[in-house]
Amino acid sequence: MNTLQLAARNLVRNRRRTLTTLLAMIVGVVAVLIFGGYDRNIRLGLETDFVRGSGHLQIQHRDYFLFGSGNPAAYGIRDYAQLMQKLQADPQLAPLLQVVTPVLDLGGIAGNFASGVSRTVYGRGVDVAGQNRLKQWNDYRMVGLPQRSVALTGTAPNAAVVGTGVARVLQLCGPLQVKDCPQPLPVREQGSTMPADLAALPVASPAANVGRVQIELLAARASGAPNVASLQVVKAEQQGVKALDDISVQLHLTQAQQLVYGQGAPQVSAIVLQLRHSRDMSAARARLAQLLQGGSQPLVVQDFATLNPQYGQITGMFAAILGFVAVLIGAIVLFTVGNTMSMAVVERTVEIGTLRALGLRQAGIRRLFVSEGLLLGVSGALLGSLLALGLAWLINHSGLTWLPPGNSERIPLLVRVAGEYGMLLATAVGLIVLSVLSAWWPARRAARLDIVEALRHA
Amino acid sequence: MSAIEVIDLSRHYRLGSVDVPALRGVSLSIAANAFTVLSGPSGSGKSTLLNLLGGLDRPDSGHVVVAGQRLDTLDDNHLSDFRARHIGFVFQHFNLLPVLTARENVEYPLLLAGVAAVERRRRAAELLDAVGLADRAANLPGQLSGGQRQRVAIARALALRPALVLADEPTANLDSHTGAAIIALMRDMQRQYQTCFVFSSHDAQLLAAADHAVLLRDGQLQAPAAVKEAA
Repeated sequence: MNTLQLAARNLVRNRRRTLTTLLAMIVGVVAVLIFGGYDRNIRLGLETDFVRGSGHLQIQHRDYFLFGSGNPAAYGIRDYAQLMQKLQADPQLAPLLQVVTPVLDLGGIAGNFASGVSRTVYGRGVDVAGQNRLKQWNDYRMVGLPQRSVALTGTAPNAAVVGTGVARVLQLCGPLQVKDCPQPLPVREQGSTMPADLAALPVASPAANVGRVQIELLAARASGAPNVASLQVVKAEQQGVKALDDISVQLHLTQAQQLVYGQGAPQVSAIVLQLRHSRDMSAARARLAQLLQGGSQPLVVQDFATLNPQYGQITGMFAAILGFVAVLIGAIVLFTVGNTMSMAVVERTVEIGTLRALGLRQAGIRRLFVSEGLLLGVSGALLGSLLALGLAWLINHSGLTWLPPGNSERIPLLVRVAGEYGMLLATAVGLIVLSVLSAWWPARRAARLDIVEALRHA
Repeated sequence: MSAIEVIDLSRHYRLGSVDVPALRGVSLSIAANAFTVLSGPSGSGKSTLLNLLGGLDRPDSGHVVVAGQRLDTLDDNHLSDFRARHIGFVFQHFNLLPVLTARENVEYPLLLAGVAAVERRRRAAELLDAVGLADRAANLPGQLSGGQRQRVAIARALALRPALVLADEPTANLDSHTGAAIIALMRDMQRQYQTCFVFSSHDAQLLAAADHAVLLRDGQLQAPAAVKEAA
């Protein structure tokens, strides 16, 4: 009969109170694990989304991230093909890499001059094969991710994909089959009329445009001179964020380079690096710093969290909510166990006096009550974890979906509890520590009881 | 030869702002291997004296020597260890641990003393047999009658063969027939284990069975007289 056995029997002795306390702890553990699992899924889902879109790391001109949006062409990376080859051939870096692909961003004006409308846009030239490889990344085995290729796959070199907002403004909803696209009220023109040479662009080769959705993209060349490209819009795609949806134009990299650099040596805004595993980011970044050191261009490496500030904002928000829930539940557990132990001390005062009379030291009494708290904590953690695993399985198989911020498609609502050993362990240890702490004060009080008074207790 | 020496022992309690003397300068010797009863009316100081003899309470002045050890020189931990080793207790309300079986209750003092499990079991079985409860070893206290519980308590008090067994009104919660049986058992055990038994009691049967009687009144010793010679 050791202290733990005695503690266990004391807990079983008052079944109803023990079960009530356990129930409070189990509900707490389930709440923390289910919300934690949801938070974990959001965090990994966001990471997966960003890594599939913009890679883990990007090599950029030193000033591109802060100043590049004003004039992307001015911050291009020269000789990018050689640099990509160097990275892919590096014996330390290459095993970590999954995809290395370039992108070129540009600012410009897209016009549907047949309808007499135009708008400013932000274009991105991409290597279609590279983009499709990026979208295969699924290190966290997320369920329900879109599996299709990028819309530019298999299209002509002058093809483009625009945001639905761009399609709406350029009055391309009909041919691009964009839903929710009402006809705007007529706006009285206040500016000067379009220059004749621009207005004449769509009619330059009217025969070639029959049956096509064509727009003109006017962009500034790296030298500052304007350049125009005729693009064939193959699709309008919802971008998830309206601000982006209203300006997005995606085109083939070669087309974008031709538009920005003309006959000059092509450059890119960034080299996108996708790693096999996110855990290799630090190692890859360190190696990249070594490889880029001393180069002729001022290049830096940015990670996906820096490139996508909303990642930190969203995960931070969820972490704050989870923290609040955990603190709230921790307080409930603290008071519930503390109350249970305090009642036990009062009820068992004579027993405490007897144990002390028989020769049990004060520390022995403390150990007995703390052991009861420990057993409550361990039982609550085990049962709560099991229940949370079962509940998570039910949720994950219920077919519930949700639309995350910034996404254009609904994804399955999942909670990641199974396999999240860190979270399970942290929750269990947290509960056990809280439970022991809650029992400590009543245990201390019990140990300090006057023996004679305790034996006289009615 | 005395098992206990009590030297000028005083103990006061405070009831609100009133100072109540429970013991006033009591000095006495209690013989080893004897059956000694502390007698006196309610409030005479019997229980206070018993608590001080057992090291459950500390005197305001004076001191107690049990088995050659001055109790007032021991700190709480050492006093606990001393009680575990040298003093057995039998309580009016039996005070068995309700979650332990009869055998485990008897084993508990042995556990505190660090006796090995096999030896604990052997001694508990022997003691339960001696008090006539060998067949009740696996019963919880709640499954035993009052007399049986007190038998278990006596077995527990004797588990470590202590120098001293203190019993506070051990028959007060028992009917006269059971009380007589318990007195007979304690007397028998006292002889068998050669231990000093000290009781507080009003029970005439117990007084009659005692080797020595100590009469207390108003916290003072009235008649530390031998009733009969120690066996």
